[in-house]
Parts: sequence; structure tokens; C-alpha cells
Amino acid sequence: MGSLLKNRGWVIGALTVAILFPFVLPNAYFLHILTLAFIWMIAVYGLNLLAGYTGYLSLAHAGFFAIGAYALGLLTVKTEINYWLALVAACLITSAIGAVVGLVALRTREHFFAIYTLCVGYIIYLVIDKWDGLTGGVRGLIGIPVPSNIGPLSFETPLSQYYLVLFFLIFTVLVMYRIVHSLTGRTFIAIRNSEDLAQTIGISTMKNKLLVFVLSTFFAGLAGALYASFIRFIGPDIGYITIIFDLLTYLLVGGIGTLAGPIVGTFLIVAVSQSLQFLQDYRMLIFGPLLTLLIIFYPRGIVGAYYDWRMKHSAKKVKRTRKEQSYFESETVDSEKKVKEG
Amino acid sequence: MDILTQQLFNGLTIGSVYSLVALGLTLVYGILHIPNFAHGALYMLGAYITLTMMLLWGVHYWMAMAVSVLVVGLLGVLMDRLVFHPLRNAPPIHDKIAAIGILLFLEAFAQLIWGADYRTMETPYGQVIDIFGMTATTQRVLINIGAIAVMILLYLFLKKTYIGSTIIAMAQNREGAHLVGINTNKVAMLTFMISGGLAAIAASLSAPINLVFPGMGHLVILKAFVIIILGGMGSVPGAILGGYILGFTESLGATYISNDYKDIIAFVLLIVILSIKPKGLFSREGF
Repeated sequence: MGSLLKNRGWVIGALTVAILFPFVLPNAYFLHILTLAFIWMIAVYGLNLLAGYTGYLSLAHAGFFAIGAYALGLLTVKTEINYWLALVAACLITSAIGAVVGLVALRTREHFFAIYTLCVGYIIYLVIDKWDGLTGGVRGLIGIPVPSNIGPLSFETPLSQYYLVLFFLIFTVLVMYRIVHSLTGRTFIAIRNSEDLAQTIGISTMKNKLLVFVLSTFFAGLAGALYASFIRFIGPDIGYITIIFDLLTYLLVGGIGTLAGPIVGTFLIVAVSQSLQFLQDYRMLIFGPLLTLLIIFYPRGIVGAYYDWRMKHSAKKVKRTRKEQSYFESETVDSEKKVKEG
Repeated sequence: MDILTQQLFNGLTIGSVYSLVALGLTLVYGILHIPNFAHGALYMLGAYITLTMMLLWGVHYWMAMAVSVLVVGLLGVLMDRLVFHPLRNAPPIHDKIAAIGILLFLEAFAQLIWGADYRTMETPYGQVIDIFGMTATTQRVLINIGAIAVMILLYLFLKKTYIGSTIIAMAQNREGAHLVGINTNKVAMLTFMISGGLAAIAASLSAPINLVFPGMGHLVILKAFVIIILGGMGSVPGAILGGYILGFTESLGATYISNDYKDIIAFVLLIVILSIKPKGLFSREGF
């Protein structure tokens, strides 16, 4: 819990802004964009757990996002079951498919894994696109209902949907926080740093990799399902490769392998691309080189760069303290240790 | 029977193009261990440059192709210098993401300059001819002959020339090559140059029978990855063989299984291969 308390200013600040935003700026357009950004954030968190903490770059996540969206869409439109049941089912279906794919895909490593998942993603897209009878093919799926009422709570208005998605985002962040700061999370990081070493010290790497893969597809599916009920129309495009590139951009700009990265990156890129609306088709002219430069100079994104800066900053402070107050030696050593660990 | 021979010929044509693209990809992978996702963008640019040369300045097809090879080759070198060289000591995930960044940029760039429309490329070799009872355009015959000629030239270059041997040496052992005095940076640049050039040749040859548009590299690059995994990552004969295997499988699959799902065939093939052998079909044994 330590690091959460240390950053509690940030956490409380972000939460307050998110909750109060609709009242301060009651603008339907901003609300729509922000809700959409929250949905992307959930998907990016899933990707972050896999690519950032475990070191496996999956390019199939747009496909899993689409599976979640289509599962919810088909269940609610064609079988007309309760929305919440469909939501749970959509997540479970995505995870189940994720488990099957993961079982085979995770036997491959590094480049092979990326290429394998790229192909899986493309197959998912092609199946959705060509399987007219089930998915409606290129025409897509329309008439997906909004979330049904829970007791007195209804989700007809954009505002209520905003809070619903925000709730799921907070839920995602909390789950991520718990995972990353648990032994399991450390295991994932150990696998990222050296899979062979992790295996040598007795970690069942396959079991853990499968777990992280399923978890990450679960969140991709959740994001997809929320997307489907928010936009209420889905087409095969949401499974196309460009979506995974978008997700990767969000993740990398924010900071891969950091907890705050997905929020910072998604928010920033969405905000920038909204203000650059006039070059919508050409936004990759800016984001492409940005992505490349970032990976060369700041491989851990904005959040990573901020951590580095803070570490340097506190290291400087330590040096100054040592000069001025040599008799506080014990404390200096202490904070020095913190810097090294931190 | 007629359909079969016709489809076999089509498979040969598609396979030739795939092989050329996969060759460039496999060279870069073999020497620098970078799965260059931006290779598809080089392929796309190759087609556009040839097209522009022919339309704007009325340059002859072959001259236009030569210019395209040069420009795309230099672009490959630039890519190496600006992006992959600074990243050579980074974790493997970084190369891939950087390559994706380049891909996105080049696609948006093509869209900005040439627009998102589908275009057709005229060729001076549009005549229909009859060979052994099947009909084909001269262009299709040209693709086969051109591709095979380029492959033979590349083989001779790698095996018979001094510079070619430095490339092979570096593919076999990078540190070793460095130790015996090979300038590894120069070889890396040369490899990117060849890789870009091959993509441009493949694109210029195949553009008249396909369409030219900003996203034209997507499917081709995915299939090229399938091919180099099929043929062993980094193996030159593997890439050629794999290209033809995929070409035949696809064109026969399109006829006898389903035309709608012909693109899936390649990916299903890959998934089956990697499921059985996670490290690719053949382990890499140099060239």
C-alpha cells in the first residue's frame, strides 16, 4: 500500500477531477470523448500487464477487444438476455478464447510471439469480416442496447454511462494495483527480466504466463463489451490491426510497465488528437515518429521519464544534505538506499 | 486440368512476389535480428514511386523501377541509421514497436501525398499470350522471370563476392565478424539497402496486376512473416522456398476451398506450424 499512499495526492486529485468533470464542464462532446478514452484505458491496462510487466508483446489484442464487443453485441441483440449477464459472459468468452490462444501462443517467444499474435489478430478480424451469418459482416451489428437498470439506477443518459465506465476503470486500476504489488506481479516481472532465470529459481513460467495472458484478454474483452454498449454499433474495423497500434501508442506514450502510464498516455493522445481533429487521417504523421522517438529516447514513456527525473532530483538533494549536515549520516544512507531501491 | 495448370501458374506468380518480399525481410532478420514490421511500408512506397515516375515524368517502366529501387533502398538505410542503429542494445520489444511507428508514419505519409484512392499501374507488357494452352499476360510471365533473375543475382552476390561474404559472416556471428575486422555498421546499412531494393522490385513488378493503395503492404508483410517462419527465420533459401509454397497453397486453396477465406490459409498455416514447432520450421543455419 506504501506507494499508493505516497502518491495519494495524484490519486485523489485524478479521482476528483474525473468525478467532478461533468459538473464543471457540462459538454456532451467532451463527455463522449472522455468516456471513450476511459474504455480505451481499460484495454490498455490489459495490454500493459502483458507487454509491460511480463514482456510479451501481443498484437492480437484488437482481436480480443472485438471478440468482447461482438460477444456482448450478439448476446444482447440476438438472444436478448439480460445486459449484465451478457457483459459477464462477454468477458468470460474472451478469456476462454484467450486461454486457448495463450496455451499455444505462449510456447513461442519474443519475435515469434509477436508475429504469432499478429496473425491471430488478423484471423479474428477476417473471421468477423467474412462470417456474414453470425456477425453481419461488413455491415456490422446495430441496435446494441444500453446497460439495463440496476434497481433505481438507469444508464440511459450519457452522464450515467460516463460514471459506469469510470467505475469499471477504477475497478481495473485497483485490480492492476493489487496484481502488480503482489507476489504474482513480481513473478511476472521476473519473467520479463529473464524467463530462464525465473524458471531456474522454481517459477512455473507457463502457468504464470497463461494467467497473465488470460487476465489481459479479460480486460480487453471488458473494454470491448463496454465499447459495444456505449457506441451501440460495431463493425469488423474494431478488430483491425490499426486498433492495436493505437493501443500501443497510448501505452508507450504514457509509460509501458508503469501503473499510471495507461491513463496518462491515453488521456494525452486522445486530447491531442481531438485538438488536431483537422488532420484526423494524417495524425499518424505525428504519432508515428513520436512513437519511434519516444522508444529511442524515453523507452518508459512520460511516467517513466517522470520517475527518472524524480530519482535524479532526490539524489541531488541527498548529496546536498550530506555536504551540509554530515552528522545526519545515518539518515542520508537511509535515503540513499531508498533512491537505489526506488 | 486446365484450371489446375492455370492456378499453378498463378501460384508461381504470387509466390515470386512473396519470395522477393520475404527475402528482404529475412536478410534483415538474419543479420540484425529485427523483425522489420515497416518492411510492408517499403513495399508500398516502392509501388508508389514507380507509379509516380511513370505518370509524372513518363519515365519508362524499367527506369522507373530502377529509381524506385534506389530511393527505397536509401530509405531503408535511413531507417537503419535513424532508428534501428540507436536501438541495437535495447530489449527486443523496442525494435518491434519502433518499426510499427515507422510503418504508421510511412502509411500516413503515402496517404498525404498520393491520397487514399486505389490506383492502377499501366504496364508496357499488357499483351495476352498463350503458353501451353493457358492464357497469361506478358506482365505475369515477366514477374516470374524477373523474380527468379533477381534471386539468382542475389545468390551470386552473396556467395561469390567479397562484400556478399561479409554479409554472410555477420549473419553467422556478429561479434566474430566484428573481430575479424568487418565494419558491421556498413554491412547493416548495406543489408537494409538490399532489403529495401528487393521490396521495391517486388512491388513494381506486381503492381500492374494488383492495385496500388496506402494499405497494400499489410497483407503482403504478414504473409512474408509467415514465409520466413516457414523457411526458418534468416534463411535465404528458406524464404524463397517458403514463398513458393505459400503462393501455390493460396492459389490452389482459392480454387478448391474458398475464395473468401484464401487470405486466412496463410495464417492458419503459420499457426499450425508455430503450434507444433515454437521456434519455426527449421532452425537457422546461416545461408
